[in-house]
Amino acid sequence: MEKIKGKIWVLINEEGKLINDIDTDQIYHNAYLHITDINEMGKYALGNLKGWEDFPKKAKKGDIILAGKNFGAGSSRQQAVDCFISLGISLIIAQSFGAIYKRNAINSGLPILTFPELDKNLDYFETGDEIEVNLLTGQIENLTKKMKFQANPMSKVQYGIYKAGNLFKYAK
Amino acid sequence: MPQLWMLQEQLLINFKKMGKTIIEKIIQLHTNEEVKPGKIVWMDLDIRSARDFGGANVVKNYEREYGNQPVADPRKTFFTFDLVAPAKTLKYADNQQICREFARKHGIKIFDVDMGIGSHVLIEEGLALPNTTVVGTDSHLNILGAVGCFGQGMGDVDITFAFKTGKTWFEVPETIKVIIKGRFTYPATTKDLTLYILKNLGTEKALGKAIEFYGEVIENLSIAERITLCSMVTEMGGIIGFTSFNQKRLSELKDFIKKDIEPLKADQDANYSEIIEINIDGLTPQVAAPFSPSNVKDISDLKNIKIDSGFIGSCTNGRTEDIELASKILKGKKIKEGVRLVIVPATKRVYKELLEKGIIEILFKAGAMILNPSCGGCAEGHAGLTGKGEVQISTGNRNFAGKQGKGMTYLASPAVVASSCIAGEIISPDKI
Repeated sequence: MEKIKGKIWVLINEEGKLINDIDTDQIYHNAYLHITDINEMGKYALGNLKGWEDFPKKAKKGDIILAGKNFGAGSSRQQAVDCFISLGISLIIAQSFGAIYKRNAINSGLPILTFPELDKNLDYFETGDEIEVNLLTGQIENLTKKMKFQANPMSKVQYGIYKAGNLFKYAK
Repeated sequence: MPQLWMLQEQLLINFKKMGKTIIEKIIQLHTNEEVKPGKIVWMDLDIRSARDFGGANVVKNYEREYGNQPVADPRKTFFTFDLVAPAKTLKYADNQQICREFARKHGIKIFDVDMGIGSHVLIEEGLALPNTTVVGTDSHLNILGAVGCFGQGMGDVDITFAFKTGKTWFEVPETIKVIIKGRFTYPATTKDLTLYILKNLGTEKALGKAIEFYGEVIENLSIAERITLCSMVTEMGGIIGFTSFNQKRLSELKDFIKKDIEPLKADQDANYSEIIEINIDGLTPQVAAPFSPSNVKDISDLKNIKIDSGFIGSCTNGRTEDIELASKILKGKKIKEGVRLVIVPATKRVYKELLEKGIIEILFKAGAMILNPSCGGCAEGHAGLTGKGEVQISTGNRNFAGKQGKGMTYLASPAVVASSCIAGEIISPDKI
């Protein structure tokens, strides 16, 4: 349960740099906020992020997202987390997360890890690489490139909620 | 050696009582656990709310997880409809009705589509009080820091859980201290100060942290001005911002909330992760260019930017004071032909004050459209979206790509928006 393996998507721009401050309107645009059924949310994931509009068509169940700083800045909408759960994304790794986004992901049981050194190691992470991540130790192993990296491990509460499934099940 | 023993005991107590910041003190009032930065504690919530975005999701989660079980305390639970007010599509009409029916069943009060922006209504109604904890599905709920209340925006899972239990888990944030030096000079306003702070902090320095603002300028801010500053702590990436008060402003606050409660102060020896000084002497109007609120420029660096439309309102600049300031510039003048200006009061109370002061008439005569209280030009552009190629100047707090439509939004003060709408281009109020 503490290990997650999958293919990665690195959220970079046309210049090959990590995109920072990806806000919730770029992840899940406010035009679709009336939707309450999680199954309908996946097709709008990253729909307003330049260059990534077709992400829902390309992403496969179990895939992992790698992102830059302040991922999920902006609004409190849970849909910006749920749209990835809807697509079957297994983990999001970012240099840092927006504060509310971080809570929403944890509460929904979507694993997220903070990897502050991602930008410095960007050469060693390419879309399509397969990685294995240990949530409790924070170790990231790039199986394709055969290299190891260190991210921040999950907190006890975060892991507890993830293991239980979500906040509701955890606190019962 | 009883005396030495007692001395050690005292030292230990002193150590444990080592200085606390404002956020640490408020959280400590709401938990029995030890509060220190980085630690996750369970804390009690005094008020829990949901609005029309997220509200129906809260109801859906609630009924799935808890069925017909009662909420923890209906007197502490509220709905505030402010975004799509009144509903403009069937989906939103349905979602609002889902909340109304849930509210009736559980005895929960609704501030419906006529009332205005929820965070402001919570202050006006005396529900968000100094030193209390308030949560809701609005990422700008930390605006409540303006009155010394720990307000926090959360997603629908958190809020569902809060409705049922009255509690939440929270990681105690570190606090940074921001000291503002210098004085305002015309035509700079608190919005310019706010954008200038955002320019200095960027989106990283305050990420996940609480901010305490100090300095003579801060102590002398009105409640409306504190709301402007605290609202954009969200764009700074911060958890919440608190502002220091002088005696005059403290008594104003007590009059406003109609209660003799003072916001907690930080201890002298409180621990800050960083102390930042910002000097605002000679500050000129600031404008956030597309597509990020932190992309802040001096207005003099923006030349020949023609505008199509303007918006004055939002939780950041929708108070009477904000709109009155714009009206002083618009009085006796006309908005340039081909430019549209939409004005949206934050709340019903603001609307009433504008009517009574004759401000609505001034705005009307200048050619502005005045809409009913709501979030207006922000999320999903209930007060009108921008089309491709359109340039808008707005007093809102976000200008992310696509947020208000396909156009480009610049963020500025009510004074700059008003003068720009007269000139037809982005211009400082002292240049018209």
